[in-house]
Amino acid sequence: MTKEIMIDPVTRIEGHAKITIQLDDAGDVSDAHFHVTQVRGFEKFSEGRPFQEMPALMARICGICPVSHLVASAKACDTLMAVEVPEVAADLRRVINLGQIVQSHALSFFHLSSPDLLLGMDADPAKRHIFGVAEANMQIAQDGIWLRKFGQQVIERLGGKRVHPGWIVAGGLAEPLKVELRDAILADIPEALQRLQRTLAWFKPVQETFREEMRAFANFPTLFMGLVSKTGGLEHYDGKVRIVDAAGKIVGDNLEPADYATYIGEKVENYSYLKSAYYKPMGYPDGIYRVGPLARLNIIDHVGTPLAEREWVEFRELQRGVPLSSFYYHYARLIELLFGIEKIQQILESPKILDKRVRAFAGPNRSEGVGMSEAPRGTLLHHYKIDESGLMTWSNLIIATANNNMAMDRGVLQTAKQFIQGGKVTDGALNRVEAVIRTFDPCLSCSTHAVGQMPMVVDVLGADGRLIERTTRN
Amino acid sequence: MSPTMTEATVVTLKIDDREISARSDQTVLEVAWENDVFVPALCHYEGLGDVGACRLCLVEIKGSPKLTPACAIKVVQDMEVITLSERLQKYRRSIIELLFAERNHICSVCVSNGHCELQWLAQKLGVDHIRYPYLYPKVSVDASHERFALDHNRCILCARCVRACDEVEGAHVWDLLGRGVDTRLISDLGTPWGESETCTTCGKCVHICPTGALFEKGKSVAEMVHARPRFAAMARVRNNSGR
Ligand code: SF4
Ligand code: SF4
Ligand code: FES
Repeated sequence: MTKEIMIDPVTRIEGHAKITIQLDDAGDVSDAHFHVTQVRGFEKFSEGRPFQEMPALMARICGICPVSHLVASAKACDTLMAVEVPEVAADLRRVINLGQIVQSHALSFFHLSSPDLLLGMDADPAKRHIFGVAEANMQIAQDGIWLRKFGQQVIERLGGKRVHPGWIVAGGLAEPLKVELRDAILADIPEALQRLQRTLAWFKPVQETFREEMRAFANFPTLFMGLVSKTGGLEHYDGKVRIVDAAGKIVGDNLEPADYATYIGEKVENYSYLKSAYYKPMGYPDGIYRVGPLARLNIIDHVGTPLAEREWVEFRELQRGVPLSSFYYHYARLIELLFGIEKIQQILESPKILDKRVRAFAGPNRSEGVGMSEAPRGTLLHHYKIDESGLMTWSNLIIATANNNMAMDRGVLQTAKQFIQGGKVTDGALNRVEAVIRTFDPCLSCSTHAVGQMPMVVDVLGADGRLIERTTRN
Repeated sequence: MSPTMTEATVVTLKIDDREISARSDQTVLEVAWENDVFVPALCHYEGLGDVGACRLCLVEIKGSPKLTPACAIKVVQDMEVITLSERLQKYRRSIIELLFAERNHICSVCVSNGHCELQWLAQKLGVDHIRYPYLYPKVSVDASHERFALDHNRCILCARCVRACDEVEGAHVWDLLGRGVDTRLISDLGTPWGESETCTTCGKCVHICPTGALFEKGKSVAEMVHARPRFAAMARVRNNSGR
C-alpha cells in the first residue's frame, strides 16, 4: 500500500509550508517534496506606486529580515536614479545589514536549532525549545538571547524601529549616524565577541556527535552562489556574484547582479508556489545551487576579519573541496556571526563614519533597476521597472528561499530516505526531516515561531488519498 | 470669504457653557479655536474661504435639532454652542471611518505617516477600527509633475488645495470633478499635472494638503512634513495694502 505522510507546519509570514513524504508498498520513502502553498502578492500590489516608496513597502514582506529587503530594494532604487550612494551611506547600510544577519542567525542557531543540537533529535518535543535549552545549559541560552538582542539593537539604534526601519531610502540614508549611537554599539562589541567565542567552543565538539545527520542532511553536490567583495572576501551588501561547484572550483565569477537573468533561471513546479531558481548554463535540474551562510563561506577566497578568518580556515578543512552537508549551515552561521560583529566594529571605528553626506538626490533616470544583497538566508534580488514619471510598472523578486528551494526539496528526500524505513515513522525521524529544512533557515519556518518548534500536522494518507492517521504537534 | 475689514459688532455667546465674546463676522469654528476649544476640522484652513466639505466640525446649537458645521455658521448674540457630546463624537468618528473606507490609506508606507491630519484626528477621536466595508477603489498616482505628485489613494476631497491655488496663488489649477465617491481632484480640467499650463510650481497646494495625497517627489516614508503656509497673514497684508 502506498502511503503519503504530510508535515504541515502552520506559518504566517511568507506563506505556508508543508512536507509530503510518499511511501511505497514496503513502507520506504519513494518521493518527498517541500511545498510552499501560499504566496503574498507583493509584486502585484507595488504596481503604480512611486518607486521611492518601494524600500518601505518591501520591508513589509518579512517580519524577520525587513532590513534585507530594505537594502536590496534601496539598491534597486539607487540604480533607477542612476546615482552612487555616498560611501558612508553604503558603509552604514552595510552595518545595519550585518545587524540583521547577526539578529537572524542568532535566532536561527540558538532559538530554533540549538534545542536539537543540545538535547538531541530524539528528545521530547515538549522540551525542544529555547526554554528546554535554558534548563540544560543556561549559558548557551543566555548567550543566544543576548546576541540576538545585540543584532536587534544595531538595527534599532541605526534604523529607529526594531522592525521595519525607515532609515534606508532610495539614494542613501534619511539621516547621518549620531555619535552616541555609534558609541553605544561599539561598547557592546567586546561582550558580543566573548559570548560568541564561548558558543563556538561549545558547538564544535558537539557538531562531531551528529555524524549521521551530517551524512544525510542535504549532503550532496550542488553549486554554491553568493556575492563576494572585489578581493574575493566575504561580502553581504555589495559586490559581484560568484558561483562555485561542489569541488570549490569557480564556475562563474564577477557576474553582474543586473545580468541575473542570463545566469539564473526560475522554474515553477506544480507542487509549490515558490519558484525554483537554478544556474542557467547547467540547465534544470542540474543547475541546482545553494545560497546562504554555507554557500557564502564556500565561495570566498578569504573572510576579511581576523577571528572569523581563523575559524573559516578550520571550516574549509572539514572536507576536501568544500563542505557539502547542509548540517554545516549551523557552523557557517556562527562564523558569519563572528564576522558580522567584527565587521561592524571595523566600520564604526572609522572616523569618517559620522560624515553628514549620506544621501544622493535624483529623480527617475533609468527605466529598470536591479538590487542584490545577501540576506541572512542568502542572495536576495529586487528587480524593478518604472514608467517615465517614476511609477512602478513591474517587479520581480528572487528571495533566498527560492534560491535554496531545489536543495531543500532534495534534502527532504535524502533525510526521509535515511530515517524512515519499513513504514516506521517516529517522531525523531519527522523532527529530522523538519530539521533539515531548519538548517536552511527558510523564512517560513522561523518567522513567527520564536519558541523553536514549527507547529505541524502530520497526515498519513493511503494510496486513495484517504486520511489514515493524523498527529498534531504544537 | 477671506476676512475683510467690514464693520463687525461684538457679540457674546456660550460655548460649552463658557461665556465668550467674539466679532459677529467670525464663524463658530474660528471662535472656538481662538478660545482653545477643540473642534475637529479638515477642510477649514485659516485664510481660505470655507466650503463645509468634511463635516467634521459639526456642533450642536441650542434650539436647533440639526447638527451644524461650525465653519459654516457665524456667531450671533446669545448663541449656545455644544462642541462635545456623545452624539457629536459618534458622527465625527463615523466621518473619519468613512474617509478611510473610501480610499486606500496604508499609513505604514505613506509619505505623511506621523505628519498627517487625518491620521492624527483618527487617533485623537479614538478610531481604532473601521466599521464600514472598504471600497478599495482602483485610483492612480499622477507623478507627471517634475517636482510633486498626487496620490488619489490618500485624497479626502477637502479641496484645500483647490482653494489655496485659486484664492492665494491665483492660478486655479485644481478642481473637483464628479459626485459622491466618484469625485476626483483634477488639474487643468483633466490634463496630467505635469502638462498643466497654469501650475506655477509654487507648492502651496502640496503644503496645505492635510494628508499624504500631495507630496514632494522623492520623499520616502514619513518624510513629507508639510510646511503649513500662513495664508491668513498673507490675506491680511493683501487686504490692508489694497485699501
Ligand atoms: S494620508 Fe494620512 S491617513 Fe492616509 S495613509 Fe497617509 S498617513 Fe495614513
Ligand atoms: S489633494 Fe489634499 S488638499 Fe487636495 S483635496 Fe485631496 S486631500 Fe485635500
Ligand atoms: S471644517 Fe467644517 S466642514 Fe470641514
